[in-house]
Parts: sequence; structure tokens; C-alpha cells
Amino acid sequence: MIRYLDEYRDPRLIEAIADRIRASAPTHPINLMEVCGGHTLTIFKYGLKHFLPSSINLISGPGCPVCVTDNSYIDYAVALSARPELIIASFGDMLRVPGSTGSLQSAKADGADVRICYSPLEALVIAEMHPERQVVFLGIGFETTAPLVASAILRAAERDLTNFSVLSAHKVMPPAMQAIIQAGEIALHGFICPGHVTAITGPEIYEFIARDYHLPCVVTGFEPLDLLEAILRLVEQIRAGIAKVENQYRRAVKPGGNAQAQAIMREVFEPAPATWRGLGTIPQSGLRIRDKYRDFCAETKFPLTLEPAVDQPGCICGDVMRGLKTPPECPLFRTICQPEHPCGACMVSAEGTCATYFKYHQSIP
Amino acid sequence: MCLAVPMKVIEISANQARAEVGGVIYRANLDLLSDVSIGDYIIVHAGFAIEKLDEETARENLAIWQEIATLAEQKERRTAL
Amino acid sequence: MTKITHAHGTGGQYTHDLIKNVFVRHFNNAQLNALLDSAILTAPSRQLVFTTDTHVVQPRFFPGGDIGRLAVAGTINDLAVCGACPLWLSTAFIIEEGFDLDELEKIVSSMQTTASAAGVSIVTGDTKVVNKGEADGVFITTAGIGIKLYSQPLEPARMAPGDSILISGYIGDHAAAIIKARQLFDIDLSVESDCAPLNSLTELLCSRLATIKIMRDPTRGGVATTLNEFVAGGACGIRIYEDKLPVRSAVLGLCEPLGFDPLYLANEGKLIIVVSSAESDVCLDLLRSHPLGKHAAIIGEVVAQPSGRVLLRTTIGSNRVLEMLTGEMLPRIC
Repeated sequence: MIRYLDEYRDPRLIEAIADRIRASAPTHPINLMEVCGGHTLTIFKYGLKHFLPSSINLISGPGCPVCVTDNSYIDYAVALSARPELIIASFGDMLRVPGSTGSLQSAKADGADVRICYSPLEALVIAEMHPERQVVFLGIGFETTAPLVASAILRAAERDLTNFSVLSAHKVMPPAMQAIIQAGEIALHGFICPGHVTAITGPEIYEFIARDYHLPCVVTGFEPLDLLEAILRLVEQIRAGIAKVENQYRRAVKPGGNAQAQAIMREVFEPAPATWRGLGTIPQSGLRIRDKYRDFCAETKFPLTLEPAVDQPGCICGDVMRGLKTPPECPLFRTICQPEHPCGACMVSAEGTCATYFKYHQSIP
Repeated sequence: MCLAVPMKVIEISANQARAEVGGVIYRANLDLLSDVSIGDYIIVHAGFAIEKLDEETARENLAIWQEIATLAEQKERRTAL
Repeated sequence: MTKITHAHGTGGQYTHDLIKNVFVRHFNNAQLNALLDSAILTAPSRQLVFTTDTHVVQPRFFPGGDIGRLAVAGTINDLAVCGACPLWLSTAFIIEEGFDLDELEKIVSSMQTTASAAGVSIVTGDTKVVNKGEADGVFITTAGIGIKLYSQPLEPARMAPGDSILISGYIGDHAAAIIKARQLFDIDLSVESDCAPLNSLTELLCSRLATIKIMRDPTRGGVATTLNEFVAGGACGIRIYEDKLPVRSAVLGLCEPLGFDPLYLANEGKLIIVVSSAESDVCLDLLRSHPLGKHAAIIGEVVAQPSGRVLLRTTIGSNRVLEMLTGEMLPRIC
């Protein structure tokens, strides 16, 4: 019923690919990491592990932008929300992430003006409707979302809005992938690369992983057929002992990516160090608003000094983000940490690894 | 990450498209993708079009798997006999 | 006077006028018209079935319904799914000072239209007025009494492996209509709430089927939550098939881009029924013969293992456990 979605959920085609995977799979265990919450979700929602031989391990990496956001950012946003003249506008996923002292949801319950937006453009509309208040949009997301937020900032600049700014926690994926490889904590044999990030950036951003670390990378779409096809291609590369960047998601990802979106992103943002939950500070992995647009940078407009961020004791979201632990290995999982009362970001975000494990459970044969 | 689904463009005005999925009509900003025509399928993320779907590539890819699936089924039937 | 004021809540002349001109005028039945402190009802010789419900929906008017229709249909449905013939409702209003009297009349009129179409009378009620800001417009609490028609008990413990599970039609319509009415997203969507009393449908089923095990209307939390309620702590499990679920294209068109799952969306006029496999086809035919069941489908079966769990066979042929709704469904970007 939905074109270009349903065809990729056809059980006949799924079975055909799964057959090929089973025929080509090595006998020794291989670890494939995906770095995109959307992929985590599809793997669990469709029970894809059911179709794979036990030698293939799918590991979730730091692919959920909400989950990799450090507590210090949440604390900043919560502190800003306490100011009566500020309206905090955010994507829905961020609201229930617990910071050191509370979440935006609890701040809202205490009277803070926090509003959910499906698109950053809605935050602009709020700013235009409330010229007497200041709107701060929480800029979360990787290279798929950053160009949208950049576009919103450019529009704000065009319209000379003085009451709109963005608190940027935008990040880019390749430095984090490199950090995980260099940390060497898990033996990795290949990457399932995020399809929509790559639609913006182009597949070239992963070349260094294949070249310098001899790890195959396959750019992958989000439907079950896409993921299984990507796994097949990785398995075939591993078997052949080669390592290159392949594009499974060719219907949406073009060589070079979306130049128009990249230009807008580069106009507003520049690379900067960023702190990733579980990975620490990684150089060149974040996006900071350029000086030219400092009037739209919430950190510049509303500087704050905060107490150092504190993590929930016992929370191992960091280890989960690095693929070292699975949620069931966390003592808080399902006991005190549940979607209704999450302890950490991995449980809050709909695509967080812990939330996904909780909701979609283990596959039953 | 990056929840985005293909939607069919039914109308374009200035830098905005109205695009449809399952009969529900969404607005998609075209600031990041201006080369769009009516009838195109666009991938929309958080209210913005981020890429155009290459329908021919999609159909080719699906056709290959359809053929493989058919061949596998035929082989299975022959083996069963 | 066009607005509700505290005067309407004092119990004095204004209250009496409100009762006479709005509630009695619309609800109009012998028990209510007597305006006694309680309704005098003649108890039948069957088992009585009794329920209560409370309604605070926003917005109060939405495509396909309103808070009044929702209140009456919801209460009737709680009785109907227990195999009862609903007879009498009570309704209590907590109204915010300043509430528009015209709007109140529209709600009350809608309640009567819904009730009378279902053969039910609203026989007693109460009104209170609170200060501005202390209620969100109007809160409606209802209670309902019916008489048990179906001779067998209807409860989860009666389910047995092999039983069929059916749903009366498209899922997620009510939630979609509310999402549209709240204008949370800039979308064009024409789906109406399915809000409707189900008693004529359940009475048909009760009169012709000997092996109904349990029925429920999947409201908040959706089909997934209701099915989990059926199996919780019990000896059986349930398996349903994703490709058998009736979902409108428009509801899918809402769910896919926003990250919602139709299995967790609220319905206000749908029935889930569990019957023996022997009566499965007859049940389907009966459902489809009724205006409220035209798109009914068999969606799964009761299984012995895993007990206490609901399994979903996905469209691609794998299985996963379907949990109850946890937390709120917020639209996601990720």
C-alpha cells in the first residue's frame, strides 16, 4: 500500500537474500556494527536475526543522536528552560532524556515552556508568533538533520529574527567510527553505514575506513530487504578478503551526496570537538555554529556555567554505545530502567539500543 | 537515525512541495533539494526533502531479487518432485 | 446567559434552569424527568453489569465525534464487551467557569443522539462548576448499568489454544483523527474517529455464537495492549499476523513518517473477539454483515506457548514479542 516501502518487506525476496547469506556466511564469528538508530530499529522490529546464521553478530554502535548526547547538554537545556523569557523547542525524542538533575519533561511539568517540533521550521514559526520571547531550538542529529537546522538558521537570518537561536549538539559520524576502531575494544569485521546520513554526505566519507583499516563498509537503506542485502554484501567482501565502500541504497544515495544540502550545512556550521556519551571528546566530530551566525548560537547568547554533569550511578549507556555491552547485561535494564522511567538516554529514545531491546524483545524462532 | 520516508510530489510552490504518502499530504521544504518535479518521489526528513528517489534504480534492484526468488522457488519445486 | 458561571453550580435557580433547559430537554426519559435524587430502576432477573468511565479528551470536537459521543459510546462499549445489553447511564459534569453554553448543549445533544441510537437512556446526573483554570473546559464522568445477555462467563481464563482472534475493522482511526484535530503536524489527512456504540454488534454475536471466550474494545494503548491484557499471567499466549491487520492507507501514511505503530493507536469503536476455531468463520461472517464490522478480519490465534505473551508474525515471516504500550508515543526524528 505504501510504494517504495512495502516492496522491501516482501517475504519472498527476504527469504531469497537470507538463503544467499546462509550459503556465503563464514563459519567463524564475524561482527558487523551498525551506527544508526534507524537500523537498530529495523533489525529488531523485523526480527532480522532470525534470518541470519549464528556466526553473524550484529552490534549496535553510537548511532542514535539522542543517546550520544552528553548529560551536560541536557543540563544546559534544562537550565535555559528555567528562564521565563525562553521557549525551548525540541524534537520529541529529547524530552524525557534524564540529565544530572532532571529532564526537559520534568522541567515542563514544573512550568517551563518546552514545545515539541516535528521540524525546525516550526520553531521559527514559534519565534515569529512570540516576538517578546526568545526561542532556543535544540539542534540534535547527525548529517541528515544538521542541514535542516542550518536552513532554519539561514531563514532566521534572512528575516532578521532576533529571538531565534540553536543550541547545537550536532555531530558527524565518521570520527566516532574511527574512535571505535582505534579503541580496539571489539573485533570488527565491517560496518553497516547509515543511509540517510550518506544521502547527504555521499559514500566517500567512509573511504578512509576501507583504506586505512581494511574494513568493508556498505551504505544501507532502512527496510528489511536493504539490511539483509547489505549484510550479504559485507559477508561476500569478508569472504573475498576485500574491503571497499559499497552503496546498497543506490535509489537514494548518489556519488557525492546532496551538494546543495552540504553547502548549506557548511555555510552555517564548522567542525569542532564534541563530547559523545560513552566515547568522550572526539576532535572534529561536532558541528559548531560559525561566528558569522553567532546571533543564532544559543551558547553565545545565553552563556552558562554549570555544575559538572553527573551520570546515573550504574548506568552503562556508554558501554552500550560502544557496542561493548548489550542492554540485558546492564543491571538496571528492565529493573529500574524502563521506558516509563528511564535512567539513561539509551532507554528514552525510540531508537536507543535499550529501548529497542525492551520493546522488541528477543526474537522468538 | 533519520526517519525519512519516500513521498510522491503532487504540488510545488516556491520552495515548498506538497507530497503524499498513503493519501496523507505532507509539506516538504525544498531548501535542500530544489531540482524536484511533480510525480517525483522524495525522501522527507523532519519536514525537508533531502533526496530524490531514483525509481529506475529501485525497480532494477527489486527486479533482480524477484528473479532470484523465482529461480530459487523453481529449484525447490524441482527438488521436491 | 451564554456562559457557565458559578451561579450554575450553586444548586439554586440557575442550576435548576440548566438542568431543565439543557439536560432534561435533551436526555428526556421518565426516570430523569422525575428529577429525584436518584433514578428508580426496575431490576431484571439477570446478572447486572456495571461500569464507570471518565472523559477529558482534547480537542472536544474532532472528525467523527466529540467528547459527549465518546463518553456515551465508551461506557456502552464497556458493558457491551462484557456480553451485556446496556440500559441506563448516569453522567456527571465538572464544568469550568466561562464555558460556552452553546458548546455544552452541542455536547449534551450529541450524547443523547448516541445514547438513543443505542437504545440507552441517561437517567441521572450531576453538575458542578469550578473556577477558571481548575478544569480543562469540561470533564465528563459516566457510569452504566446493563443486564448480562451471554450465559457464559467472558474472561481471559476461558481462552484455549486454537481459539481464533478477530477484529471488527480498521485500527488506529480514532488516534489518527485526534492527531489531526490537535494540529500537531502540518498535514492533510482525512480520517474520522471510529467512535461508536458497539452494543448492536455484540448483541448479534452473543445471540448467534456459543463459544465466545472474551471480547474487548482496544482503546488507549491499542490492540497490542488489549491482547497483552488477555494473556497476562495466564496459561496461554497469543499469536497475531501483521499482514492480517486491517489498517487504512491513510493511517499508515501517518504512522510511517512519524514513527507511530498502528498496533498501539487508540480505537473507540472496534471490537476484539476470541471464539473457538469452529465458530471462527461464522463469527467473521456475522461481523461483516454488520455496518460496524464490514472490514473485520481474523488476525490470529490463541497458542499454548509462550504463555503470557503476545507474538507478532511480521510481514517478512519472522516472529517477535509484542509488548504492552510503555511510555508515551512521541513523534521521533530518529
